[in-house]
Amino acid sequence: MSDEQNSVSDLLEDNQYKYGFTTDVESETFAKGLNEDVVRAISKKKNEPEFMLNFRLKAFAKWKTMKEPAWPNVHYPSIDFQNISYYSAPKKKKVLESLDEVDPEVMRTFEKLGIPLDEQKKLANVAVDAVFDSVSVATTHKKKLMEQGIIFCPISEALQDYPELVEEYLGTVVPVGDNYYAALNSAVFTDGSFVYIPPDTISPMEISTYFRINTEETGQFERTLIICAENSYVSYLEGCTAPQFDTNQLHAAVVELVTMDNAEIKYSTVQNWYAGDKETGKGGIYNFVTKRGKCAGDNSKISWTQVETGSAITWKYPSCILQGDNSSGEFYSVALTNGHMQADTGTKMIHIGKNTRSSIISKGISADHSSNSYRGQVRIGKNATNARNYSQCDSMLVGDKSSAHTFPYIETANSSVQVEHEAATSKISEDQLFYFESRGVSRENAIEAVISGFCKDVFKQLPMEFAVEAQKLLTLKLEDSVG
Amino acid sequence: MLEIKDLHAGVDGTEIVKGISLSVNKGEVHAIMGPNGSGKSTLAKILSGHPAYEATSGEIIFDGKNLLEMDAEERSLAGVFMGFQYPVEVPGVNNAEFLRMAHNARRVKAGEEEVDPLDFDELLSEKMKMLGMEKKYKERNLNDGFSGGEKKKNEILQMAILEPKLSLLDETDSGLDIDALRIVSEGVNKLRSENNALILITHYQRLLDYIKPDFVHVLSQGKIVKSGDKALAIELESQGYDWVTTAD
Ligand SMILES: Nc1ncnc2c1ncn2[C@@H]1O[C@H](COP(=O)(O)OP(=O)(O)OP(=O)(O)O)[C@@H](O)[C@H]1O
Ligand SMILES: [Mg+2]
Repeated sequence: MSDEQNSVSDLLEDNQYKYGFTTDVESETFAKGLNEDVVRAISKKKNEPEFMLNFRLKAFAKWKTMKEPAWPNVHYPSIDFQNISYYSAPKKKKVLESLDEVDPEVMRTFEKLGIPLDEQKKLANVAVDAVFDSVSVATTHKKKLMEQGIIFCPISEALQDYPELVEEYLGTVVPVGDNYYAALNSAVFTDGSFVYIPPDTISPMEISTYFRINTEETGQFERTLIICAENSYVSYLEGCTAPQFDTNQLHAAVVELVTMDNAEIKYSTVQNWYAGDKETGKGGIYNFVTKRGKCAGDNSKISWTQVETGSAITWKYPSCILQGDNSSGEFYSVALTNGHMQADTGTKMIHIGKNTRSSIISKGISADHSSNSYRGQVRIGKNATNARNYSQCDSMLVGDKSSAHTFPYIETANSSVQVEHEAATSKISEDQLFYFESRGVSRENAIEAVISGFCKDVFKQLPMEFAVEAQKLLTLKLEDSVG
Repeated sequence: MLEIKDLHAGVDGTEIVKGISLSVNKGEVHAIMGPNGSGKSTLAKILSGHPAYEATSGEIIFDGKNLLEMDAEERSLAGVFMGFQYPVEVPGVNNAEFLRMAHNARRVKAGEEEVDPLDFDELLSEKMKMLGMEKKYKERNLNDGFSGGEKKKNEILQMAILEPKLSLLDETDSGLDIDALRIVSEGVNKLRSENNALILITHYQRLLDYIKPDFVHVLSQGKIVKSGDKALAIELESQGYDWVTTAD
């Protein structure tokens, strides 16, 4: 990726939330509220095949019987699901043939975000799908990918063009009734990305999606489905931003990954949703996300890397079901909380096949009044002979008003397994920063050095430019908090 | 080079330094001695710009600049170096990388290009050799798990890399074994020139055998109660502090 190509981003020159702008586009937004008619209307609006409507209705019926989970270590006033609009799309009259037809205001928004969609920048080696509120507005590099049989398009389009593929895999990793937010997503999702890598194919470029919530009081429910067939590989990047509003907005995404024999998916996220006012905690995104991958094939691998720096509340556990023999799952996470943010994040590694391996590296950084919890589960089934897990969960506290918590759960039903868990807590202190300064090193560079040292094992999993940006993002967020 | 005029300073509203005046010229070595708790480290921290310590009155002029108006980073870049009595540990930050950051901050300030890790390694190896430091300290994290003596050596290594105009070494000798004291002292002597100056805070005459001071000051209860030449240090060694601190 080149510089302009990015992302998370060079726009971050000051400590304000730089993405806090809204875009004035005419949009078509459903009235607030949720009932079966709304679910039907979404499906109709998108001209979906029948199986999709049934999927949604089943999910909605489930959701109605479920309760919001109370176990996460986060606190917020209960959400009024009737006070949210479940569909908001930039108004368009016809199907767009090229990017030139996208509303220039929408294009400008993505420019401000540093996401290049226009043709000239297409030379850079990243394919981008941009989701604006609920609707995918542009997917680049489609043709080039198609030459190798790789499908990369909005999921709404996949439902039109490849309905049988979607039907075969959707909901197979995260069932409609998996959890409260996943059920809600399954009922009302409006768009997201779809990727299919055919057998024996190494994706020639990184595939990337940017999500942005623009309209006040809309929820964003995207759905991502990535299928990587035998002997194939793809690296997928996800970036998220939102404007600043006083009211909290709900983001409840579902991501499903499937790998066949010898296939590998590497999924990286840099999440910087608006976190709410730093002093009062007002506003901000509620980020309730279900991400799960299934290593269906033998020797397959799924690797999650996340850098979580935003959202008022994060509730997220990218997980791996290690079904194929010799399959492996990895989870690398940096979660930063500051201001009044609350994060309860971690992973689940479910070992089913023989010789399955998982490793978990989690780095939590908490500053100001924030609360940061790691919650991880390692479950080893009775047939998972010789399964192994290694977990390392480190916390760093900045200042003395923040808190860090670690909740590891380990269950093993097979005696041949090896499970290792390490945890450590450290502090970034004023004396450390003074030490750097007394050597002529700026405070900013000092924080960056300490943080990148702490996060090294995670950052090295990210594509280079993403790592650099992620590091800058963390440094900027912490500058005011150390002391 | 350095002119301290009637400096009063302290921490959290408690006055610790109670009217110190001191003038240091290029090429000079000053030693500051004095009982525990007399304010030596506090004076050093004030000079280096520690944010927790506050000067309430008086002046510090360094190279014609008002030091008290500069923050720690600016003071360092202007050529003031402090060798800490208790250097902090910074886990996760590689020692060599830290030294390179500090070195590059100097270079950027001077309008020069930053050096890359390879070129820096040459400079670093040379300085480490001079101080008899093993290569492994490049790989270690900054002071992390270093022994007392290793931390002190690492401070002098930083001084060697940064080549400051004025160095304040706060009890660099304590913690060093006999051989290390000699090697480090020789290293410090090599770094001396007509253009720089040294303030040594120490409890022991033996450091001053290696690095010969031009002036020796005795600090007691936040004031310089006696100044003299090297002979004063020898006298203190045999007689203790009572005769100077209770003189009035
Ligand atoms: N941050 C602080 N908070 C409270 N008191 C302090 C602080 N820093 C220094 N002092 C007090 O100020 C006095 C002088 O301390 P300082 O460290 O300057 O002494 P020193 O001359 O360097 O002693 P030593 O020879 O033991 O190193 C001591 O009584 C010490 O307890
Ligand atoms: Mg002291």
